[in-house]
Amino acid sequence: MQATANEAQRARLVIVGNGMVGHHCVEQLIERGATAHFELHVFGEERQRAYDRVHLSEYFTGSCAETLALCAPDYYSRHGVHLHLGEAVLDIDRERQELLTAEGRLGYDQLILATGSYPFVPPIEGSSGNARLVYRTLEDLDAIRAAAADARRGVVVGGGLLGLEAANALKSLGLEAHVVEFAPRLMPVQLDSEGGAALKARIEALGVGVHLSRATQSISAGEQYRYRMNFDGGEHLETDLIVFSAGIRPQDALGRACGLEIAARGGVVIDNQCKTSDPRIFAIGECASWNGSVFGLVAPGYAMARNLAARLLGEAADDFTGADMSTKLKLLGVDVGSIGDAHGATPGARSYRFIDEANSAYRRLVVDASGKQVLGAVLVGDNSYYDTLLQYAQNGIALPADPAALILPQGGGAPALGADALPDSATICSCHNVSKGAVCAAIDSGCADLAAVKGCTKAASGCGGCAALLKQVFEHELTARGVTVDKSLCEHFAYTRQELYALVRVEGIRTFSELLERHGKGHVGCDICKPAVGNILASCWNQPIMDPALVPLQDTNDTFMANMQKNGTYSVVPRIPGGEITPQKLIVIGQVAQKYDLYTKITGGQRIDLFGAQLHELPLIWGELIAAGFETGHAYGKSTRTVKSCVGSTWCRYGVQDSVAMALRLEDRYKGLRSPHKLKFAVSGCTRECAEAQSKDIGVIATDKGWNLYVCGNGGMRPRHAELFATDLDDETLVRLIDRVLMFYIRTADKLQRTSVWREGLEGGLDYLKQVVIDDSLGLAAELEAQMQLVVDRYECEWANALGDPEKLKRFRTFVNDQRADPDVHFVRERGQRRPAAPLQLIPTHEEAM
Amino acid sequence: MNLSNTAVASETRWQAVCLASDLVADSGVVVWHEGEQVALFYLPGQGQELYAVGNRDPRSGANIIGRGLVASLGATVVVAAPLYKQHFCLQNGNCLEDQTQRLPVWPVRIHGVTVELGQRLR
Repeated sequence: MQATANEAQRARLVIVGNGMVGHHCVEQLIERGATAHFELHVFGEERQRAYDRVHLSEYFTGSCAETLALCAPDYYSRHGVHLHLGEAVLDIDRERQELLTAEGRLGYDQLILATGSYPFVPPIEGSSGNARLVYRTLEDLDAIRAAAADARRGVVVGGGLLGLEAANALKSLGLEAHVVEFAPRLMPVQLDSEGGAALKARIEALGVGVHLSRATQSISAGEQYRYRMNFDGGEHLETDLIVFSAGIRPQDALGRACGLEIAARGGVVIDNQCKTSDPRIFAIGECASWNGSVFGLVAPGYAMARNLAARLLGEAADDFTGADMSTKLKLLGVDVGSIGDAHGATPGARSYRFIDEANSAYRRLVVDASGKQVLGAVLVGDNSYYDTLLQYAQNGIALPADPAALILPQGGGAPALGADALPDSATICSCHNVSKGAVCAAIDSGCADLAAVKGCTKAASGCGGCAALLKQVFEHELTARGVTVDKSLCEHFAYTRQELYALVRVEGIRTFSELLERHGKGHVGCDICKPAVGNILASCWNQPIMDPALVPLQDTNDTFMANMQKNGTYSVVPRIPGGEITPQKLIVIGQVAQKYDLYTKITGGQRIDLFGAQLHELPLIWGELIAAGFETGHAYGKSTRTVKSCVGSTWCRYGVQDSVAMALRLEDRYKGLRSPHKLKFAVSGCTRECAEAQSKDIGVIATDKGWNLYVCGNGGMRPRHAELFATDLDDETLVRLIDRVLMFYIRTADKLQRTSVWREGLEGGLDYLKQVVIDDSLGLAAELEAQMQLVVDRYECEWANALGDPEKLKRFRTFVNDQRADPDVHFVRERGQRRPAAPLQLIPTHEEAM
Repeated sequence: MNLSNTAVASETRWQAVCLASDLVADSGVVVWHEGEQVALFYLPGQGQELYAVGNRDPRSGANIIGRGLVASLGATVVVAAPLYKQHFCLQNGNCLEDQTQRLPVWPVRIHGVTVELGQRLR
């Protein structure tokens, strides 16, 4: 832990804790150029670098430690920050200004405590092992997952925000989940009794047991389940595991040990500048107590981090003077919102209430004595009212004549306070304290799209709750500046891909020229709209792509139904469904490869790629392959590629379903499907997941009851785990859901958009996709299935089609007036095969030259 | 109707290279012509229906231009090179993205049932 020589002149600033707030503080310091003035050290007790605890439950639905991480792996080192992970700070010697870890000692000039909090576990007799789990860190979640492996039922003690999150996690692990709360209602801090009741009704409807006003006396061995929880009053509940989420306590042990002032209810006491009783030590986040309060949300912690970072660098900084605890959440899929004085505790406060018992919805608006200002609000069941109410409350906007209208059901959805009604000072993103004025400034400095505004201001990159409002403000401000948001596909079509898709469908358009004539400009089109429209036509009508009207639309790979390589030759990929192939067919591939001297390589999708064919050789090669029973593999298309599979229950001692048979069925069904981008599938025969289905657009994993379906994953440049979409499906339901997901994707995705990016851009996220696909909320399911069936019924091997038509084969000539091969294609031999010779002279393109 | 490239010298010596039926509408084919590879693009119904440019892509060194996609960008009719997608004007062979790249151009016409090329312009 010695500083290097060139660091000697800089003051040493140590941050203890690498959670969300500690990390945010480092970000704020780096942004302000702190590394020029400070040698920064960060200590984290956990082995993981800072991750997103707000979205912790996603760890069970597809996210991993890496996707939850708050920064790139090299973020700290790139900025010269010393990150010590898995190294707990054991003691602080304030006299010598040194801290002690298991590795040694390190002096500091200034020190920031950001040690967060720990879960409070009430002392209960018999509570240990799987009856004493907590929900705070990734390690905790691993322990819960392990405990759930052979469990049927799980109980969460604590019906607050985190407790309900934990119940959701148990549910997504396939357990029957119960919540036990000491108070007479759920979320007692944020909700009033009516709101709590509405939430209880909603959650019970999801199959989660809710037990209120229960205090657990002891835990003993159970009869039907592993444990029995004995409550006050003699009742009991049996369960296989218990997760405690009965509140948090500030992690102030270091502060206590070194004699810093500690608040009566815990937490290191700080002043408005986040300074502790030692002027060299600061505390931020959940380990700090300001004015007797500990703030258990991320936004106040971020505010402290931001203010402190500015102050340490001598910038003008706001004092920390308390925080708005308003919050908007989706718990177990149920909208819950709480704003300001939700309980109406302010003297003279009056309330408006809307109760819908039929749908378990509840809204309460708390206004001041004059009836002119919003003090607070409670929302259960529909958060579309939240943004508007929050703006009224935070910005002191005068209420309309009839305030009740703000919470009453509206024909056209929740009343929106137009973006123009917000003052420049209005806070859009409270996590990163971004005002409407800052968003406007970003637009004026050249941010032309939403992603740029997010990158520039960081708005909507904390909890993400303000994303919809940010979009609204952004679009309003663009319009106000006379900028129309141009979503045109290209200069020939003033429509998005989605709009063109709808036009093709509704008007039954079958050719590019027809579409261009009716809805486009010019007569030729371009290399953007032609392949995009060709793809839409194929998705809708699935006519052979070699039909004369369709051929000129395709990108070169589709035109010649092979993949062009760097020297202009092609590679050929026959379909090998599910990766299953007979020895005889394998021999044929070998013979063809040998005859045409094709470089041969196994692909990642369990197929065989044959490289180096010239244009005129393609029909000859395919003639031999088709005679041996092969079909085209569509490796050249934006279309279904492969369905990878493991060997499954027929051979594997762990397999629980016949994954190969399912892979064959899926590949056979979707093999002719063209889509906005390529589609990859996999089927695994058991939870060991040897087919890597969670990295595919459509992943299927066998369970002992059927199949779990995962959607919208991919590998490649930006890997994304697929998310669990539905569980324990039978064969027919599985296929039906895949039909719907894929057709909905084809219908609504942008051009060249993989399912992962499409899914991330879906407003409403995975829940929305589930509503559309599983619950049929748009009434589209039958139509989507019928559209898929049409594509399936029209399937035809494109190569077989082309080989049967001399006109189509005319195109497969290297020269239309000469029999010779391209004399400029040269190969050299390497490792027993040929590969392209190095080109003689290449000219870099424009973008490369730059 | 004038089917040929503009800027044709008056004493052009025309040479038949292939049949008009070898052309593929709205797309390209390639002919072998005096040791060179020439890509022919046929756009029936457009102002100028036929273009002839070199088949070698200067960026990749591969002979692939004839397999590119025909497009119009503004008033310019172009071909997008299949490997790296840069655009070449079919009229003059210039690359739209990079001044250092250009394709040779030939005068070309349909004469009866044959397609004829003049002398290479550049």
